Amino acid sequence: MQEVIKRYADRIRAAAADKKPLRLRGGGTKDFYGETPGGEVLDTREYAGIVAYEPTELVITARCGTPLVELEAALSAQGQYLAFEPPHFGPGATVGGMLAAGLSGPRRQAAGAVRDFVLGVRMLDGRGDDLSFGGQVMKNVAGYDVSRPMAGSLGTLGLILEVSLKVPPLPFAEATLKLELPQDKAIEMLNHWGGKPIPISASTWVEGDLTVRLSGAASAIQAARVVIGGESVAPEQAQGYWQDIREQTDVFFRTDKPLWRLSVPSVTPPLALPGEELIEWGGALRWLASNADARTIRDAATQSGGHATLFRGTDKSAGVFTPLAPPLARVHRNLKQAFDPAGVFNPGRMYPDL
Amino acid sequence: MNEGFRLLDPVRQGAAVNVLRAILPAESVLYEPEDTKPYECDGLSAYRALPMVVALPENEEQVSRVLRACHELKLPVVARGAGTGLSGGALPHGKGVLLSLAKMKRILALDPVARVARVQPGVRNLAISEAAAPYGLYYAPDPSSQIACSIGGNVGENAGGVHCLKYGLTVHNVLRVRGCTIEGEAVEFGSEALDVPGYDLLALIMGSEGMLAVATEITVKLVPKPHTARVILAAFDDVEKAGNAAAAMIAAGIIPAGLEMMDQPATRAVEEYVHAGYDLDAAALLLCESDGTVEEVEEEIGRMTAVLKQAGAYDFRISENEAERLKFWSGRKAAFPAMGRISPDYYCMDGTIPRKRLGEVLRFIAEMEKKYGLRCPNVFHAGDGNLHPLILFDANDPEQLHRTEAFAGEVLEKSIEVGGTVTGEHGVGIEKINQMCVQFTPAELEMFRAVKRAFDVDELLNPDKNIPSLHRCAEFGRMHVEGGRLPYPDIPRF
Ligand SMILES: Cc1cc2nc3c(=O)[nH]c(=O)nc-3n(C[C@H](O)[C@H](O)[C@H](O)COP(=O)(O)OP(=O)(O)OC[C@H]3O[C@@H](n4cnc5c(N)ncnc54)[C@H](O)[C@@H]3O)c2cc1C
Repeated sequence: MQEVIKRYADRIRAAAADKKPLRLRGGGTKDFYGETPGGEVLDTREYAGIVAYEPTELVITARCGTPLVELEAALSAQGQYLAFEPPHFGPGATVGGMLAAGLSGPRRQAAGAVRDFVLGVRMLDGRGDDLSFGGQVMKNVAGYDVSRPMAGSLGTLGLILEVSLKVPPLPFAEATLKLELPQDKAIEMLNHWGGKPIPISASTWVEGDLTVRLSGAASAIQAARVVIGGESVAPEQAQGYWQDIREQTDVFFRTDKPLWRLSVPSVTPPLALPGEELIEWGGALRWLASNADARTIRDAATQSGGHATLFRGTDKSAGVFTPLAPPLARVHRNLKQAFDPAGVFNPGRMYPDL
Repeated sequence: MNEGFRLLDPVRQGAAVNVLRAILPAESVLYEPEDTKPYECDGLSAYRALPMVVALPENEEQVSRVLRACHELKLPVVARGAGTGLSGGALPHGKGVLLSLAKMKRILALDPVARVARVQPGVRNLAISEAAAPYGLYYAPDPSSQIACSIGGNVGENAGGVHCLKYGLTVHNVLRVRGCTIEGEAVEFGSEALDVPGYDLLALIMGSEGMLAVATEITVKLVPKPHTARVILAAFDDVEKAGNAAAAMIAAGIIPAGLEMMDQPATRAVEEYVHAGYDLDAAALLLCESDGTVEEVEEEIGRMTAVLKQAGAYDFRISENEAERLKFWSGRKAAFPAMGRISPDYYCMDGTIPRKRLGEVLRFIAEMEKKYGLRCPNVFHAGDGNLHPLILFDANDPEQLHRTEAFAGEVLEKSIEVGGTVTGEHGVGIEKINQMCVQFTPAELEMFRAVKRAFDVDELLNPDKNIPSLHRCAEFGRMHVEGGRLPYPDIPRF
């Protein structure tokens, strides 16, 4: 495998010398996400496989090209899992792509995001140098935490070679409940329950239906059922439902309209924007299928203390991501310069100047 | 120690005092040695330096103006919270300004519905949980120093606590840090939503030891207080068995609310101090906590007990009420002060190791006790592999201090050798800066420096901490060696 790294490093150095951008790509399942990718493809799937897995240390280390399904199968054989439930968006999803995209699924509010589970990263920077940050242990504050910010960096800082992740045990039991509630009431209840020791691990609200998943000890779930009420959803049906939410195969996502992702404080009242909405993460994530103009949607998100991303859409002229405040934009440019001085990695995938 | 820390330049000092007095009231600018003395060290008192000036701002506007002035005068700035840090992170710079955030200790807002609190950096960790208690909420990370340490300092070190295996570290429980750059410009990292566009700079700021920006306002997550908690106190006749019991717990799919271990020397030292009723014949004690609803705890305690039995615990006690639970914990929580009672000084290390190497590392420490003629009890966050060996010594004896440093250096390097890290939660500061040369390659250290310059081009924020220069590494005579093989040269340290 060392020779694969050497080949990658040589390509990076050549690209830097010729000022020819590279497009880092695994299975291409997230090609739709971010600004339109450009550059010559560097396929990360050659560097694949699980490097180390220690279930009792709660740590797995995998190479970037490892198929996400393979990683998840290895974990599930040991009764563990990726608690942030990353969406695959296709059978080809890789571990590197998962980290670079930084997307988390239904369990995010309860369990944390991708970055919360990152323990260490091995990467090639824009000089082709092989660097390791963090490690394989649970607690580590040596040097700056360079590994967590790789989550969601969209491959603009370097080629992620390996990642070590914290992998917790699967919950002992799960149950899904469904109840009818208008949007404002649903947001209110989700926040109310959030302040109680109730093991809610996922929630959605769409078209007047609030669906809540509970995970934990059987006795805790039993107690929570009484508090929440509603009707039980049969286990197989529930599993299919959460899978459809995670992978965006639910009917809500079958829309011709642009799909916006609004990340806002959980207590934000209904946004009352034109279009259809699906709410996740206890109120903190609002999916909006809407033809409204970008400005209107971004303003609504910003005014609530959040931000809006054009998650899926063909017209990206208004920019996919909310622009950064000037001092932050400067730090971003400086960091990009530090990691990738020649600007070869996925230029423009996140912002035009990164 | 670097001589530069010591030399005071009166002209430079006068200029700094004048500029700061134009920003702050006279009583908030200290420069007489008797006034600056209380700031000469943090919790790592073996290292001391008088700051040239101490500035005590009361609000963000003042912080910003102080920083802007320091930037213009090219004065180093060391931020300080409560000064409980154990790695010299808040050790002053003799030619610079010590920026104490101690006056900024207001809780600005607490929203029980959104479950967040917005606080100033000088607020004590425990004060947040106390303010949240009436709503049935609390701030989860609970360092043993929580009655004293500040949330700004927790951000600076990415502090952990005995419950962080289940509830996470500071990085998992802070939503937003507002701060000032060295230019005095306000910046926001993170937000009250769950994510932000762009890079995750909030993660980068965590544990950055005041070297990237100065935190002026922090939004923390509050979580519901569990209905109840119970702890099992299990005794083992062998430390490795206790370590394996921790592994077995995880293998059984259980993430305890707390999982802590003490070896016999630690148990004996703390028992004298707190009278927790510990079994002094046990080679190791394991504290294993369950929290949740009454039924949930009942269910989990049952599972935990079965695992501990299977793993060879020869005795257990399960707390029957809150008073007993606190009593079982009292020894572990007071481990550091207890050492202070049996020895003039103690030196606390902080390596994290893969748990399966525990036996090997403890045997190594026992050998080092013989080699250096110093005692070293161990307390261990067994759930996450974070080991705190406590070397007992007398700082008044320079020769003992020297031996202690050499002892500590060897243990830190052993942590690296077994695949761990030199610091799990206390930070590198000035203390472990040489071992950074062993843990990281020159290219990695250069990247850290580049990250620093991305925020602070002139390297004025807490200079000479955390990230060693390659020059320093060369002087130390040690470089990172690939493949885990480390040489053992006999070069003196520090
Ligand atoms: C008895 C004892 C027990 C301890 N137990 C634990 C434990 O269980 N877990 C643990 O993690 N630690 C523990 N510690 C270490 C220490 O308490 C923590 O590191 C704590 O986070 C330091 O907080 P502080 O306010 O004292 O920070 P300080 O010591 O004042 O500063 C720490 C670092 O943060 C920087 N800093 C401080 N404030 C700011 C700010 N506003 N903006 C930017 N940078 C800032 C400083 O420059 C410095 O680098 C313990 C210490 C003692 C003495």
